[in-house]
Amino acid sequence: MRRKEEQRENMSKAKEKSVRKRSGEEEQEEEIFSFSSKQPAEEEEEGGEGGGRRGGRRICPTARTACSPAWRILGVTVRRRRRRREEEEEGDVKSGDEEETAQQGAPSVLKEQEEEGGEKEDEYENDTSDEEDIRNTVGNVPMEWYRDFPHLGYDLDGRKIYKPIRSQDELDHFLDKMENPDYWRTVHDKQTGSDITLSEEQVALVRRLQSGRFGDVDFNEYQPTVEYFSRDVMLHPVTNRPADKRSFIPSLIEKEKVSKLVHAIKMGWIKPRRVEDDSRGRYYDLWASEDSSILARHKMHLPAPKIPLPGHQESYNPPPEFLFNEEERALWEQQDAADRKLPFVPRKFSSLRSVPAFPRFVHERFERCLDLYLCPRQRKMRVNVDPEDLIPKLPKPRDLQPFPTTQSLVYRGHSGLIRSISVSPTGQWLASGSDDGSVRFWEVCSSRCLKTVQVGGAVRSVTWNPNTAVCLLAVALDSRVLLLSPSLADRQVVSASELLLSDKEGAEPVQGAESLVTWSEAEGEELNEGIRLKIQHPKAVHQVAWHAKGDYLASVMPDHSSHLQVLIHQVSRRRSQNPFRRNKGLVQRVSFHPLRPYFFVATQRSVRIYNLLKQEMTKKLQANAKWISSMAVHPGGDHVICGSYDCRLSWFDLDLSTKPYRMLRHHKKAVRGVAYHRFYPLFASASDDGSVIVCHGTVYNDLLQNPLIVPVKVLRGHAVSQDLGVLDVTFHPSQPWVFSSGADATIRLYT
Amino acid sequence: MGGLQKKKFERGSATNYITRNKARKKLQLSLPDFRRLCILKGIYPHEPKHKKKVNKGSTAPRTFYLLKDIRFLLHEPIVGKFRDYKVFVRKLRKAYGKSEWTSVERLRENKPTYKLDHIIKERYPTFIDALRDIDDALCMCFLFSTFARTGKCHVQTIQLCRRLTVEWMNYIITSRALRKVFLSIKGIYYQVEVMGQLITWLVPYQFAHDHPTDVDYRVMATFTELYTTLLGFVNFRLYHSLNLVYPPKLDGKAEAELKEEDEEGYAMNSESYSEKLSALGGSLARVVSAGEEEEAEVDQFPVEGEDMEKMEAREKEQKELEAQKRLFEGLKVFLNREVPRESLAFILRCFGAEVSWDKSVCIGSTFDVTDETITHQIVDRPNAEKQYINRYYIQPQWVYDCVNAKILLPVQDYFLGVTLPPHLSPFVEEKEGDYIPPEKLKIMALKRGEKSAQEEEEEEEEEEEGEGEEEEEDEDEDAEEDEDEEEEDVAEEMNLKKMEKQRSQGKSLSVKVTPGKVKAENPARLEQEEKAEEKRLAIMMMKKKEKYLYDKIMFGKKRKIREANKLAAKRKAHDDAEKVAKKKKAKKQ
Repeated sequence: MRRKEEQRENMSKAKEKSVRKRSGEEEQEEEIFSFSSKQPAEEEEEGGEGGGRRGGRRICPTARTACSPAWRILGVTVRRRRRRREEEEEGDVKSGDEEETAQQGAPSVLKEQEEEGGEKEDEYENDTSDEEDIRNTVGNVPMEWYRDFPHLGYDLDGRKIYKPIRSQDELDHFLDKMENPDYWRTVHDKQTGSDITLSEEQVALVRRLQSGRFGDVDFNEYQPTVEYFSRDVMLHPVTNRPADKRSFIPSLIEKEKVSKLVHAIKMGWIKPRRVEDDSRGRYYDLWASEDSSILARHKMHLPAPKIPLPGHQESYNPPPEFLFNEEERALWEQQDAADRKLPFVPRKFSSLRSVPAFPRFVHERFERCLDLYLCPRQRKMRVNVDPEDLIPKLPKPRDLQPFPTTQSLVYRGHSGLIRSISVSPTGQWLASGSDDGSVRFWEVCSSRCLKTVQVGGAVRSVTWNPNTAVCLLAVALDSRVLLLSPSLADRQVVSASELLLSDKEGAEPVQGAESLVTWSEAEGEELNEGIRLKIQHPKAVHQVAWHAKGDYLASVMPDHSSHLQVLIHQVSRRRSQNPFRRNKGLVQRVSFHPLRPYFFVATQRSVRIYNLLKQEMTKKLQANAKWISSMAVHPGGDHVICGSYDCRLSWFDLDLSTKPYRMLRHHKKAVRGVAYHRFYPLFASASDDGSVIVCHGTVYNDLLQNPLIVPVKVLRGHAVSQDLGVLDVTFHPSQPWVFSSGADATIRLYT
Repeated sequence: MGGLQKKKFERGSATNYITRNKARKKLQLSLPDFRRLCILKGIYPHEPKHKKKVNKGSTAPRTFYLLKDIRFLLHEPIVGKFRDYKVFVRKLRKAYGKSEWTSVERLRENKPTYKLDHIIKERYPTFIDALRDIDDALCMCFLFSTFARTGKCHVQTIQLCRRLTVEWMNYIITSRALRKVFLSIKGIYYQVEVMGQLITWLVPYQFAHDHPTDVDYRVMATFTELYTTLLGFVNFRLYHSLNLVYPPKLDGKAEAELKEEDEEGYAMNSESYSEKLSALGGSLARVVSAGEEEEAEVDQFPVEGEDMEKMEAREKEQKELEAQKRLFEGLKVFLNREVPRESLAFILRCFGAEVSWDKSVCIGSTFDVTDETITHQIVDRPNAEKQYINRYYIQPQWVYDCVNAKILLPVQDYFLGVTLPPHLSPFVEEKEGDYIPPEKLKIMALKRGEKSAQEEEEEEEEEEEGEGEEEEEDEDEDAEEDEDEEEEDVAEEMNLKKMEKQRSQGKSLSVKVTPGKVKAENPARLEQEEKAEEKRLAIMMMKKKEKYLYDKIMFGKKRKIREANKLAAKRKAHDDAEKVAKKKKAKKQ
C-alpha cells in the first residue's frame, strides 16, 4: 500500500511538473502572440524620429500563423531584450542574477518562466499594444484578393483599412535603390502594404538563421541535460489525488483473461512452461558401454572418401617449378572448372604476412557438405594389377627356332607393284607377277632375274604347279589365265610339262561352262616366251589356285550378281566347269584341300568348305571379319588362316569349331596375304603397314591339345607407297625362309 | 508353361531402391526437413549398379536411396520433432498475425528442441569410428569459429564451435599428438595422430569472410549442429583418456600465474577464463594429480612371424616419434605481434617449447620481449629495430618446416629479410619415379646427418643423379629401339641399293675391297633388345580386355613420367635463369 501511495505521489508530482511545464509553454506562446503587439513600441523607442505611429503598424498581428519560425524567434528575442531594458531601467537588484541565469541557458528557463508566471498580470498591465495595433481581420487569405480594392482589410471595428498611398513607379524604385542606403534591408509587407526597414539587430538575426545557427546569441546548445524523471524516488507524491476505486477492486478484464487461460490449460491447448533443459550442451561418455552389435546398416555403409591431402602446389611458398607459366595459366583459365587439374592457381608469397584469405574457402566447405549428403555413392573396385602380370607367358622365340629373322636378299627389277609371288615346288625358282605387265622368274639363291615374260596386262596372280614332275606356272591377268612353261628345270621335267599341255588335241569340248571359256594355244612370239595355253574367261580373273596333284586349276572371278564366280579347269583334258549353281556372296579366294577332296571358298565374311566328291557343303566358317582378303590352308588340312582387310588374322581349327580359334590383331593395317610353311610350324601374314609377321603355330596330332600360336618375328623392310605395303607373302617349300612382295616393286627374302 | 507371367520391376534391384521424392512422401516430410534428416542421420544416395533396372526401364537421371535406409528413418524420433516444429511455426505465425504477444512469448518458450546424442551413438558405434570421421567435423567447427557474430548463423553456435575447437587444441597440446603442419594458400593444415588415427583439418587464415551468396548456410548449420555434438563427445572421451578435467580447467600453477595479470579488460570472469584457455598458454588440470609423467616402459613382444628387422624398424620409428615430440623442448620463443599467434603457439607448445607474446595481442603472455632467456623470436617483417644479440630472429616458416622435417633446421635460411626456401607439403610421399623437389632432397640429406658444409656439392651431385635418372626414364618411356633398327635397316638398304646400281650400271664393276669395320656388338644391349622384342611380341598376343587394361595402366605411368620430366625441366630452366641473373649482377658490381 505504501508503495502504491508513493507511486501515486510520484505520479502526481510528475503531473504537476508537466502542468507547470505546459503553462510555461503556453506562456511562451502568449509571448509570441504578444510579440506583434510589443514590436511597434520598440520601434517607437528605437526609431522615434521618423517612424511615428505609422511605423508601429507595420507588422500585422494576423500574420501570426503565416509567421515563419524565424519571425517567432525574432519576436521572443525582441521581447526579452525589451524586458531586460525595462529591468535595467528599474534598477532592480534581482536583474543581475537573472542575466546570469539567462546566460547559463536552459536549466534556468523553468525558473524564469515561473517568475514570469508570477509577473504575468504586470506585463499585461504595461502592455499597450492592443490600443496601438490596428489589426487586419481578413485572416489568412491571399492578399491578391484585395488588389483591386482601395483597402487592405478591416480593423476590429469593421472599418476599412486603406492602402497607403503609393505613387512610386519604376524610376522611383530605381532612385530609391540608388540613393537609399537602407534599401537592401527594406522589406515589403503585403498585409499592411507598407515597407519595413529592418533594424541592425534584425539583420543580424536573419544572417544567423541563414547560416544555420540559433537565433538567440546567448543560447548554448551544448548545455548539460537535466533529468527531471530520474530513478530516485521522490520524497513527495507528484499529485495529491486520492487513489481510484478501480485500484481496490479486482479487474473484470483480468478475470476474463484468467478464465480463458484456465480453460485453455484444461483443454490442453496451452502447455505449462517447460522446465529449462540444460542437458543440451552437456557431454558425457557416450561410448562408455561399447556394444559390438553392428547394425545391419553399417554393413552397407560406404564411408565418404576423405578430402585429398594437399600437394606442393598448394603451398603459400611453393618451389618455382610448381607455379604456372603463362601457357598453363591461360589453359587453366580456358578450361571448364570441372576439367581443371587443380581447382586453384598456385601462388607464391614472399612472406607469411602477405598471404590473403582464400576467397573460395566457404565455397569449398559447402561443396564438401553437398558431396557428403547429396552425392550418390557406389563401391568401386580399384584394379590393382601389375601390368607385367597381364602379359601372357609365352615360350621364348629363341626356343622356337628356326624362323626367318633377317632380310637377306632383295629382288629388284619390277617397275610396278608386285601383286603375287610363287616359289617353285623345288624351291629353286621364284615367279612374280607385277602390275607392269610382266612375269619374272628369279633364282632364289642369287636373286637373279632369269627370265622376263611380257604378258601384256597387270598380273593378278601367279602360281606354280605343285606337282614336281612338271614345271608349269599359272598366271592370271585381266580375264585370261595363262599357263607358262618356263623351262627352268631339267629336260625330263620340261618335256613332261610340254606333254601335259600339248596332249589334248583329241579331247572333246565338253558342254556347260565350255561355252563361256575358250582354251587356245599360244603362237609365235608368245610361244617362244614360254606361254603355252590361254584360257579366256568371261570376266576378270583375280586368283588361280592349283590342286595338289597339279592337274586341276581353279580360277576366281569375283562378281556380286553372278553365280559364275569360280571355275575349275582340268589342264590335262582342257575342260572347265562351274561347280556352283548359286551365288553365295562375293568370292575372294579359293583353295584346294592339300590331301582330301575338299574345296575352300572364302567369301567376304565366311569360308565355305565343299566336299567335291559328295558335291555338298560340309562346313561354313564364320570369320568374324568384315572382308576377308586372303586365306591359307595348313598342309595338314585341318587348319585354316584368314587375313582380312580389318587388320585381323583368324585361325580356324576345323575340328574345334566354325568360329575362329584365335583372332590375332597384330597388324595396324589391312592384312593382304597369309601363308603356311609346308614343313615347319610357321605361318606369316603380310600387311599394308609394311610388315610381315612370322608366327609359330604348332599343330598337335592329339585332338585334345589346341594349337600353340606364338608370334616370333616382325619383319620390316618394305616401304609403304600409296597406302599399300606388303601385298603377298609365301614360304620357301623346304627352308624356313619367307618371301614377300610389296608395293615398292621389290621382293624380299628373309632367312 | 503355366503359371503367371513374371511382372517386370517387382523383384531384385528395382525393389531395393527408392527415389528421393518417393522417400520424402513416405516420410511425410518437406524437402528441407528431409535434407536435414539425411544430414543428421548420415543417409546418402546410392548409385545402383544397373541404373536402368532400378529406374524401371527409364534412363532419366534420378537419385536413389536404399529402401532399407528410408525404412530405418521411419522410426527416428527426430522426425516427430520436425513435425512438432512445423506446428510450432504455424502457431507462432498465427499468434503474430493476431498480435497476441503473450502467446507469442509463451510459444517461444515452448519451442521444441531435439538432442542428437542417440544419433551420434548410432552412427558411430565405437569411439574409433567417431575418430575416423572427425576430419570434416573439425574443418567445419574451425571455420564456424572464425565467423563474425553477425547474421549468418547463431552466435551460440559460433561460441560453441570456438569452445570445442579450443578444447580440441588443448587436448592435442597435452597429448603432443601433432605430426604435420602445412601452410597452404587456403589456410593451415594440421595432421595429428590420435589413438592411431591420422586426423587432418584445415584452419582458414584469420580474416573476415566475405560470405558468398550462393552458399546455403542452412545446410552448413545443420552439419555444424551434428559436428558440434560429435566433437563435444569426442573431446569428453579424449580428456578422460588423459585423466584431464572436462570441461577443461587450467592447471593450478598456470592459473595462479595468469591471475596476477589484470583482468579488468574483460567484463565477465567466465569470458576471460575461456579466453585464457584459448590463449593455449597454460597446461590443463588433471583429475588425478599424478607425479610428473610416469611412463611405464612398454615391453616388447615379438609377434610370431615377424622378423627382427621389422621389429627393429618399428622400434626405430618409435624412437623417432619420441624425438619429434620433444622437438622444441628447451626453446623459449617470443611471438611478435604480426605473426599468427594461435597457430604458432599451438604448434610450439605441441612440441614442448615455451611461448609468449605481446601483452596487447592476447591474454596469457608469460614473459616479456625483454626477457634475456628468450632463444628465438618469431618476426614477420623486413627488419627489427631493436635486436638482442642472444636470440635468433626468424620468420614463422621455420617452425612449420622444422615440424615437417622432424629436426631443427639451420636458422640462417630463415633470418629476417632473407628469401625463404620453398615450403613443401609434408603430405606428399614420393614413390619411385615421382618428381622430388631438390629442397626435399636437401632436407632428406640433412636428416641423414650429412654435414651442411658439403651441402652444395651434394646438391650438384644429386642434380646430376636426377638427370641421369631422367635419361633412363626417357629410354624406358620411349622404348623406340625399333626405330633405331629401322634406321639401320634403311642404311643397309641404301648400301645395297648402291651396290646394285653399280652392278646394273655395267659389268665393269669397280672391283675394290674396302676394309670393313668391325661392328662392336654390345652383348648386354643385344640381350636387352631381344628381351624388349620378346615383350613386344608377347604384348601382341594379349587378349583384348587385358590389352585395354594394360594400355591404360601404361598410359597412366607414362603420363606420370612425363609430368615429372616436365617439372624437372621447368626447375632446370628456372635455376639456369637464376644463375644467369646472378652472374649479371656480379658483373655489374
